[in-house]
Amino acid sequence: MLARRIIPCLDVRDGKVVKGVRFRDHEVVGDIVPLAEFYSQMGADELVFYDITASSDGRSVDRSWIERVARVIDIPFCVAGGISTLDLAAEVLEMGADKISINSPALNDPSLICDMNERFGQQCVVVGIDSYQNETSGEYQVYQYTGDVERTQLTPWKTFDWIHEVQQLGAGEIVLNCMNQDGVRQGYDTIQLTQARLSCDIPLIASGGAGTREHFKEVFEKSDVDGALAASVFHMRVLDIQELKKYLSESGVEVRK
Amino acid sequence: MSVIIDTGCANLTSLKFALERLTRNVLISSDPETINSAARVFLPGVGSAQYAMGVLEERGLIPVIQNLIQPVLGICLGMQMLTSSSSEGDIACLDLVPGEVKGLQTQDLRLPHMGWNTLAECTDHPLLHRISSDMYFYFVHSYGVGVTDTSIAQCEYGSRFSAAIAHQNFMGVQFHPERSSAAGSQLLKNFLELQI
Repeated sequence: MLARRIIPCLDVRDGKVVKGVRFRDHEVVGDIVPLAEFYSQMGADELVFYDITASSDGRSVDRSWIERVARVIDIPFCVAGGISTLDLAAEVLEMGADKISINSPALNDPSLICDMNERFGQQCVVVGIDSYQNETSGEYQVYQYTGDVERTQLTPWKTFDWIHEVQQLGAGEIVLNCMNQDGVRQGYDTIQLTQARLSCDIPLIASGGAGTREHFKEVFEKSDVDGALAASVFHMRVLDIQELKKYLSESGVEVRK
Repeated sequence: MSVIIDTGCANLTSLKFALERLTRNVLISSDPETINSAARVFLPGVGSAQYAMGVLEERGLIPVIQNLIQPVLGICLGMQMLTSSSSEGDIACLDLVPGEVKGLQTQDLRLPHMGWNTLAECTDHPLLHRISSDMYFYFVHSYGVGVTDTSIAQCEYGSRFSAAIAHQNFMGVQFHPERSSAAGSQLLKNFLELQI
């Protein structure tokens, strides 16, 4: 049976892994390569690296570490951050990444999704979506440039419309980051994710809010997501991936042992 | 020496690194002489069958691959290209292993089939030495080779398809051993060590 994936997310800034709360106040949690190796050995199913400042700085991700990561780990990994052209995507894939995640660049130029699909195949094209629930209207809205609080801006897209659109354009996977929950460890937004699941026929990855092992069980059971992404619970050693997987397996969630 | 055939696809580096963790002298090449002289040949691929077959044709590699007598391992799309034809673009493939590539019949399961899955009906073929059906491998695909006499391991995702095939010196795996952790590394090691 296809296993549900546990995906540590490493936010990269200036060559270090950092973690902030609700996308701000970043603190350094460690070096990229040793952390990648550690998570890989602990049983992570996949890793995602986000250069959180890349798009909002108007520069691209510093890519020298991608090849060093590819040398040491033997699980798939995805790179995100300011990859706004086909040539940049090709370069990142050639360095050993398995997937490219695009977020702000896809919002600026949605045709990038179909171009990447045609050139590299659907499996390489992950679309990251930063979704924030408007507290007055209750509407889910897409934001971009969330790596820098000064530049974060609302886009015209409603979250579920954008989920539909990116699938039409040829995305292979969607990471839905529920910003209201990010970094606060109060649980995934299963209401939003369940609704997203209904309109998402490709793999869907939950992001934002993991704090306990029960949160993982809940999001797999309630929202039927293919994977759950988390950062601070792993970086702060609140949860151990092996123990988390043991718990999920005993709770009846299919995971890779 | 092991040679990874340069199929113009983007994922060659991860395979090269995975092999370098196991052996020396790993080259990525599209030069016929280099490929012919290799002890082990890898045919990787991601993307569309039509595009990848087009690259092989353009580089004059189709007869080169067809005439190889050393062990050859096709990976993912590379495995699919070893068969006779693919319905992805309705094209002829290398015709080295009996079988055809068709869209996966997944019932209502989502496509692409992406993530870690176990094997089924794992045979005792040397490529699968110390590999059992409860081990997980990393799959990413929407097309697959149905189950035939040349299937040496199967996988279930809505329906059964070939997880691994073998015919004479040509072998293929639908999953990505280079991204399948310790289980994948064992498979690559088996391939490097097997005698045919």
